Amino acid sequence: MIIKRFSDWPTWDWRSPVDELERMRRALDRLSGGFTGNVFRLPTAGVFPLVNVTEDQNNYYVRAELPGVKTDELDISVTGETLTLSGERKLPEESDKSSYHRREREAGSFSRVISLPARLDVDKVKAHAEDGVLTVVLPKAESAKPRQIAVKSS
Amino acid sequence: MTESESKSLQAKEKKEVTTPAELTKPGLVFNPAVDIFETERELTLLADLPGVKAKNLKIDLNDNVLTLTADETPLEGPGEKDVVREYRTGTYYRQFSLSDTIDQSKIEAVMKDGVLRLSLPKVEAATPRKIAVKVA
Repeated sequence: MIIKRFSDWPTWDWRSPVDELERMRRALDRLSGGFTGNVFRLPTAGVFPLVNVTEDQNNYYVRAELPGVKTDELDISVTGETLTLSGERKLPEESDKSSYHRREREAGSFSRVISLPARLDVDKVKAHAEDGVLTVVLPKAESAKPRQIAVKSS
Repeated sequence: MTESESKSLQAKEKKEVTTPAELTKPGLVFNPAVDIFETERELTLLADLPGVKAKNLKIDLNDNVLTLTADETPLEGPGEKDVVREYRTGTYYRQFSLSDTIDQSKIEAVMKDGVLRLSLPKVEAATPRKIAVKVA
């Protein structure tokens, strides 16, 4: 009966103490980050692979660290404003006779959708990988590019 | 391997570390993920070092302590502004102590797609030898 009453309580939040601690930690992180100017404490989407997105006047650049992933094992697709990266990271089998001391590298599949702030020129998207870092160059659509407007004086 | 093939990868932030020896270069230091395995004849080390060019990788073996130092080359062009930054770049650093005697002259390192493969052959004396027992 008591449990029933509690769950009916309008403002009662069934958060576990661990969640509450995590929330406090994040709040503190945000606070300290704000004072030291640490931009890296921004929350991530938490989806593999982690990406860095940069832009210049004409393009968006999406970069992801994918060591050991071959370009032909990657599936990159673009629609309108979103980029989808999916694929599988395979670790080649070593001989059966080897015994492991450490095994930290992970294999598995991944799929991630990244929404970009502006429309993209879908036909001109290019991607290349270099030293295990994938770079996708996404040209902005003509309508999304900044335009200089000349002010005429009459 | 069937289990790992079906598994989906989890996003992990790179682990930042403090090195025992102070590095002279400013920047962040990370621990790379490694696989180490051993066969009768050699020890192999695989390390994920994305963004590292072969020329920026230093491998040092001294008193059975193997040290890896690798500087990442940032790929961002000069005119690019950050929109989202989820991973950080810096230097990878990790030390290993090796128990077996390694033949230093035969160490081989290959970098491919951001993965280092380091082969450390054991010296002849350390390779276990099968001794055939003759029946008299």
